Amino acid sequence: MGGQDVLGKFRKEIRKAEYPRELAIDVMYALQARDGYLTDEGLVEGAELLGMTPLEMEELATFYDFIYREPVGEFVIHACDGVVCWMFGEESVVDYLCRKLDVAVGERSRDGLFTVLPSSCIGQCDKAPAMMIRDRTYGPLTPEKIDEILETLKQGHFPLIDEGDRDV
Amino acid sequence: MFEPLLFKNRRPERPATLDEYRRGGGYEALAHALRNLSPADVRHLVGDSGLRGRGGAGFPTGRKWEGVPDDGPFPRYILVNSDEMEPGTFKDRVLVNIDPHMVIEGVILAGYAVSAWKGVLFIRHSYEREAALFEKEVAAAAEAGYLGRDILGSGFTFEIKVHRSGGRYICGEASAQVKALQGERPRPDKTAHMARKGLWERPTVVNNVETLAYVPHIVRKGPEWFKGLARTGAGTKLYCVSGRVRNPGCFELPLGTCLSEIIEKNAGGMLPGSVFKACLPGGASTGFLPAEFYDIQMDFDVLKEAGQRLGTGAIIVFDEGTCLVGATLNLMTYFARESCGFCTPCREGLPFVRDLLHRIEAGQGEASFIPMLKEMCGAMSHAYCAFAPGAVAPLKGLLTYFEDEIREHISQGKCPYGPDPRPRELTDGALWSA
Repeated sequence: MGGQDVLGKFRKEIRKAEYPRELAIDVMYALQARDGYLTDEGLVEGAELLGMTPLEMEELATFYDFIYREPVGEFVIHACDGVVCWMFGEESVVDYLCRKLDVAVGERSRDGLFTVLPSSCIGQCDKAPAMMIRDRTYGPLTPEKIDEILETLKQGHFPLIDEGDRDV
Repeated sequence: MFEPLLFKNRRPERPATLDEYRRGGGYEALAHALRNLSPADVRHLVGDSGLRGRGGAGFPTGRKWEGVPDDGPFPRYILVNSDEMEPGTFKDRVLVNIDPHMVIEGVILAGYAVSAWKGVLFIRHSYEREAALFEKEVAAAAEAGYLGRDILGSGFTFEIKVHRSGGRYICGEASAQVKALQGERPRPDKTAHMARKGLWERPTVVNNVETLAYVPHIVRKGPEWFKGLARTGAGTKLYCVSGRVRNPGCFELPLGTCLSEIIEKNAGGMLPGSVFKACLPGGASTGFLPAEFYDIQMDFDVLKEAGQRLGTGAIIVFDEGTCLVGATLNLMTYFARESCGFCTPCREGLPFVRDLLHRIEAGQGEASFIPMLKEMCGAMSHAYCAFAPGAVAPLKGLLTYFEDEIREHISQGKCPYGPDPRPRELTDGALWSA
């Protein structure tokens, strides 16, 4: 973490851009990827880069679900709390995850690997109850399936997506 | 036999490639339009086809495009709305995964029709895989000469970029989406006239992904053919079915297909042991349709006449064993959280409604809560934008068709459906009076 010049690729774009702040979300995502979450220092750095005040950047950062202003685990588990997932026991999914990982919602697990966040409908209603980790979605979930997923991630394997795994 | 249009290249677990799309006539509409049609011709074809926006509002697409003034400034923009955060809705995700080039061709044609220079796919964070796929296929289209400078030697220049959202429901609203793209805090702006002064104060057309995917077909086969596909209205529709059905999924069917037919034929009927109680016909911001509407035709006008809304056509099915007070509480919790907070009725009213429902569901309800809930439904029309009135649509349905169920909660002092599924404890502040 830290030190990497993740903003380098934006500097060139910003020089060319008529409106640098249109890159605000991308810059926040890049800072978050570098530091694990959007730190106070990162926020100031991003704001300076885009010619915004830190307050303007904070206004954006706190508006969006996927910009984390608090430390989170390496894997943020977004458990869908949409109405369809609710119908299929979403609350049990969140409870189960929290018990399994020994965390409260929003907390980081002791090994630093996981944070559980209930999230707005993630558009996987045909696979309810569902959750999302990074850019991968899982569902319909059962306790056994959750155990398996957590175990894979703990062992350091983040399953890559291949073409034979599309949501059609 | 019904031939799917948008889903004609649907195959298990793999998107159609550029070549596969072309083999079925893909990019012929673009070549034809650039060679033989003026931008106005394309606008008229789409206008005559009766195509209505599939993002929820059902606004006629041709009329939206005609709103861009001929002498409007440049550059002009097409925003491809793929934010799709309406609970129950996942059609755009499926569509982009099945045939990304159909969407791309639609975007380019829309760009040509209003003389835009740039298209932006606005996509939600949860669809990162689709965003990456779309970017890859945009590059393939550019490589093949369908995007970039002087497309197919016509002199028309157009590019497409992908914007990944930070994730918030309100970004699906056109004027909020523009603010999001400009790096401002996204909140709706009712003074904005997108077609004149949208993104960076330039003419901007915001269309849903599904809407744009119909355009190549209309240009290639004509408006009359398109109209003929529907049972009522014009064209086909992507219906998503989820909830207590056997085979939840996304199905392309003639617009105006009956609800009962979609549930029984396409979604495989109710889950074993489940009996249909109600559905939300078009996502979370539409009202509950009880069993008396089971045979209704799923079309914009038919539902409107029945006092309902087609919305996104995302059918969420509830069965007799599901507590609709609990379901409505879930929905109100969602909307209270997603409110952008700009205006008071929405920011304060939705949490108030949520807390009343929470108390009813927890067995602490009082008879006086029912008139309060009714009053709040009306009060939401004083909110600044359409978010709050949409948010209370399910609550209105609950009060209209299932008031007895609310009363049962109150008289029994508990949820008659038992604890599961039950509402989550509210974590953000005390109830309005303890």
